[in-house]
Amino acid sequence: MDFSNESRVLHRCSAQIGNLLLLSLWHLVHSIIRICNFTLDIANVLESYLISSGLLGRYKSLHIAKLRYLAIVIESEEAYQTSKIIELLQWLEAVGVKHVCLYDKEGILKKSKDFILENLDGAILFQDAHENNVLLDQQHMTLEFVSFSDGKEAVAKAANVLFMKYSKSGVTDQNQKEKIFTESQMSEALKTVGSGGPEPDLLLVYGPARCHLGFPAWRIKYTEIVHMGPLKSMNYGSLIKAIYKFTMVRQNYGK
Amino acid sequence: MKFLSKVVQPFIKCMHCVLSVGPMPSHIGFIMDGNRRYATKNKLKQVAGHEAGYSALLSMVTYCYEMGIKYVTAYAFSIMDLMTEKFELLCRKDSFFNGYGIRVHISRNLQLLPQHSRDTANKLMASTVNNSGLLLTICMAYTSTDEINHAVEKCCQEKWVKNDGGIISLADIEKRMYMKIAPDPDIIIRTSGESRLSNFLLWQTAGSYLYSTSALCPEIGIWHLVWAVFNFQRYQLFQKKKNKHLK
Repeated sequence: MDFSNESRVLHRCSAQIGNLLLLSLWHLVHSIIRICNFTLDIANVLESYLISSGLLGRYKSLHIAKLRYLAIVIESEEAYQTSKIIELLQWLEAVGVKHVCLYDKEGILKKSKDFILENLDGAILFQDAHENNVLLDQQHMTLEFVSFSDGKEAVAKAANVLFMKYSKSGVTDQNQKEKIFTESQMSEALKTVGSGGPEPDLLLVYGPARCHLGFPAWRIKYTEIVHMGPLKSMNYGSLIKAIYKFTMVRQNYGK
Repeated sequence: MKFLSKVVQPFIKCMHCVLSVGPMPSHIGFIMDGNRRYATKNKLKQVAGHEAGYSALLSMVTYCYEMGIKYVTAYAFSIMDLMTEKFELLCRKDSFFNGYGIRVHISRNLQLLPQHSRDTANKLMASTVNNSGLLLTICMAYTSTDEINHAVEKCCQEKWVKNDGGIISLADIEKRMYMKIAPDPDIIIRTSGESRLSNFLLWQTAGSYLYSTSALCPEIGIWHLVWAVFNFQRYQLFQKKKNKHLK
């Protein structure tokens, strides 16, 4: 009996030691990852400084015309930092970006829309500037404000629009296996419910990780998604680098 | 049939023991890209590149299985023809999938596949339907926008039949997505350094950690998976801390 109690105690101790060892290893690996990321961050900060000061020649000329529509996704907690967002938009304006879509999941940016537009000289709402959501050359920057309700919920509204349209047209008599709607009809329905903006070429994510946070699915089929880090650490050099890399990627298509 | 060697399997089990101290993903998606570039880089024929990509996919599925990941979804856009050829072999009782107890689901628009491919895909799903291990979803002839469109069409067709005057809700659409058989992916791993989702699981990836590696599809290995999971864990822990702070 003593022997079996002892072996149970021994087993329990070995299990605890094993768990402690695994926990230590796990923390060790995560510490190594933190150190690696910290080192990368320092290198990025140095590079950003060199880019901002114009010392890296290749970043001086951006083929900005290739970036027709830019989306910025911001973690909702950071979306309250409107002064940072205005600064970011001013950098984009200086670089020559004409059309920007701002997204945060909870619609904080939509609530700050008027404040942002007031503080950005000449910026106008995308919906006011374009007919049929077609991108036109504009003198001033256009801004679109989007949230989670413009994604999945908009698709549900568009579904009801399509249902109404086609139940009136008598298409219900068709064989149920045949295709009823095309993707372009779905796009039209999304425009009807106010969620049919253009597809961004590039999507910059300001947050803790590379994650699009529910940006309207219909619009990011072939969008390049780049993680920029938290908004509080944003810098001009990283922004230029991201845009430059995008313009270089576009140039390599077809090679 | 591809099984892990007696050296590799215990190593992966050890990795899993360490990784599972933290939050583990239950669903990983793979965009397997770069087979042709691999073939060019290594002066091989394109077919050899696709074969290498196919082997890499099976390896990744094996590693996920050994790490206790329940769902894997692969975007087979570059190896669709090769996968269709392999389906007949994979239907056998002693095949890779049956050996590991992996259930296969083909997520696709049936109308876009030729009849023969449709039949072999259905046969493969039927031959693995009783497997209770990892669920492997292979997206063939698939685009996310087609999936959304198809779900909306199905909702409309059913509503016409019901004729109850109700509206189509978001839940109705989600029930009719091809990918309703699995939870939303925790991680999407894309090879060959591209940073696009290329019309893959756009609806399901709102909260997914998007990991891109410059390794070409045939070059992807266990370390890429481990690295992706560790970075996913960092993101999850950050979210947990943030939610605690908000409470």
